Amino acid sequence: MPPAEFRSYYGRPVLKPPVWEWRVPAYFFTGGLSAGAALLAAGADLTGRPALCRVCRLGGLGALLASTYLLIADLGRPERFHHMLRVAKPSSPMSVGTWILVAYSPGHGLAATAELLPAALRATLPGRLLRAAGRPAGLAAAALAPALASYTAVLLSQTAAPAWHDVRKELPFVFTGSAAASGGGLGMLLAPVAEAGPARRLGAAGAAAELVASRLIERRPGLVTTAYTTGRAHRLRQASKLLTLGGAAAALTVARRSRPAAAVAGLALLAGSVLQRFGVFEAGVASTRDPAYVVVPQRERLAAAEGERSGR
Amino acid sequence: MSRENSFHGPLADPAADAGHLGHPPRMGFFTDTSVCIGCKACEVACKEWNNVPEDGIDLLGMSFDNTGMLGAGSWRHVAFVEQERPLGRQDAGLADLPTGPSRSEAAAETVSRALPVAGRGGGDLGTAPVHLGFPSFELPGAGTGAQGRTEFRWLMSSDVCKHCTHAGCLDVCPTGALFRTEFSTVVVQEDICNGCGYCVSGCPYGVIDRRPDDGRAWKCTLCYDRLRGSMEPACAQACPTDSIQFGPLDELRERAARRVAELHGAGVPEARLYGHDPGDGVGGDGAFFLLLDEPEVYGLPPDPVVPTRDLATMWRYAGLAAAALLTAATAVFLEAGR
Repeated sequence: MPPAEFRSYYGRPVLKPPVWEWRVPAYFFTGGLSAGAALLAAGADLTGRPALCRVCRLGGLGALLASTYLLIADLGRPERFHHMLRVAKPSSPMSVGTWILVAYSPGHGLAATAELLPAALRATLPGRLLRAAGRPAGLAAAALAPALASYTAVLLSQTAAPAWHDVRKELPFVFTGSAAASGGGLGMLLAPVAEAGPARRLGAAGAAAELVASRLIERRPGLVTTAYTTGRAHRLRQASKLLTLGGAAAALTVARRSRPAAAVAGLALLAGSVLQRFGVFEAGVASTRDPAYVVVPQRERLAAAEGERSGR
Repeated sequence: MSRENSFHGPLADPAADAGHLGHPPRMGFFTDTSVCIGCKACEVACKEWNNVPEDGIDLLGMSFDNTGMLGAGSWRHVAFVEQERPLGRQDAGLADLPTGPSRSEAAAETVSRALPVAGRGGGDLGTAPVHLGFPSFELPGAGTGAQGRTEFRWLMSSDVCKHCTHAGCLDVCPTGALFRTEFSTVVVQEDICNGCGYCVSGCPYGVIDRRPDDGRAWKCTLCYDRLRGSMEPACAQACPTDSIQFGPLDELRERAARRVAELHGAGVPEARLYGHDPGDGVGGDGAFFLLLDEPEVYGLPPDPVVPTRDLATMWRYAGLAAAALLTAATAVFLEAGR
């Protein structure tokens, strides 16, 4: 696309590029992974797949802990994290998301702790109680998991960054697809092939949703799409696309028979999900650094409104 | 109290919408850039009164602008635009002199080449030191032979936080650190802000920023402390030409409309108001401007929209995606036979 004609102040950005760094897209990935794993764990628990349930609960807990760390460490004042808990603010997706995380974490944490219980403690009364609580706790976490996987898309879209705001309809599907793909990837990587059927299917379905929604973003008309189809964002998302496509194809074929193949496919889906988050993140940053992404679409909008007025 | 309109569209009384009862009228700034002389007294007065720390002493090459942008350390920013065209009906008396191109464009080019590789693509301006290749050792005019003399006008404009009717920064703040005051202005509480950085990306004007050393977000408070003491903000008081006018917003809007009509009559047809319209994408600004060129020439967005306007759409699609995820996660277990 040729550089659009527009005027600016010495080529300086109009918007402030985000102060967020790698921890924020990493938070999106780990949060999505934990959500995908919690959904698989609950299903595995209910359908008698103990090994799949166990790895998903434990993997999901690891992701949840990483995600909580990343969320807090990205703050300018991490010691004030608890200030997020002094209000519940529907207009702020970060506030809503914090409360989703607060509601989700105890259930998933409890279910995972039940899995970690040493054999010696299982027969004791507290041990039996904890194991009995595992299923309802896991189900409660699974009920909130879709919210955890999707709110991050709203968090990015409710910014002035053109590349995030403009894809507000597609982005939730990219992110939930990415969460499902990574959750499925985790199950394929860690669970035996015999139990990992649902993980393979969820991984493939998530990958398909992610790839389709991602394609829709790339086909959007207008200058802002260029933020996704050029530069670092493009390279990251191209790599993500190849890994996700390959992982999904393997999940439906060779991963059903071979454990090593399943592990490789699982890793590919996980890596694809990571790169997708970083790709989307980079596109948003790029769209704030170049004033063209702000000025050109806004000028077009004004011209269209003007045309409509004079047409009447 | 109706909450129907509080995320976008015209809103008569933002303070009441935020829950203030028996509050004073909405206060704001009208910055008439046609009388700005670029003295930067506003920048200095703001820094002094609010104890805003130094944010990098740079020579930027943006004409006489060495601040660059609003930021965590610059709550007023005077923009300097050099244009090779006359101001109004002014005659520079250059018609019979040997003329050539001035150096303004060459300097602007150097800056715009350096910006993409500067910190945050130049977004650090106003917050942290930024080097854009100046000062240089090249003599002015060395590239163009004899020093050029052309038609010339300077546009100067003191930019400030717009204190939007629907403020993107305020809407996204997850701690309640940003709040709407009884004067309908938008202020950060420094003892609450935990530096999440969401407001930085929520602002459609690129005003608020996070201080790297301090970790919190900072911006113009419209001198909240002075307002509570019935004083005018420091920048407005320091302005020697009344380019920065402070007062009840209704009054300022009337005065601004008269000023535009006056300028149009005096042969300055390019004079226009910016941010005065309650029907715009942010519901109108508490701090609005009279400009002599398009807003983007001053580094302002031509048609800003508060991201919160699309809140309902965003959650609706997120809900759809969440439902799809839950359905898929259930369906993959129903095919359990395989």
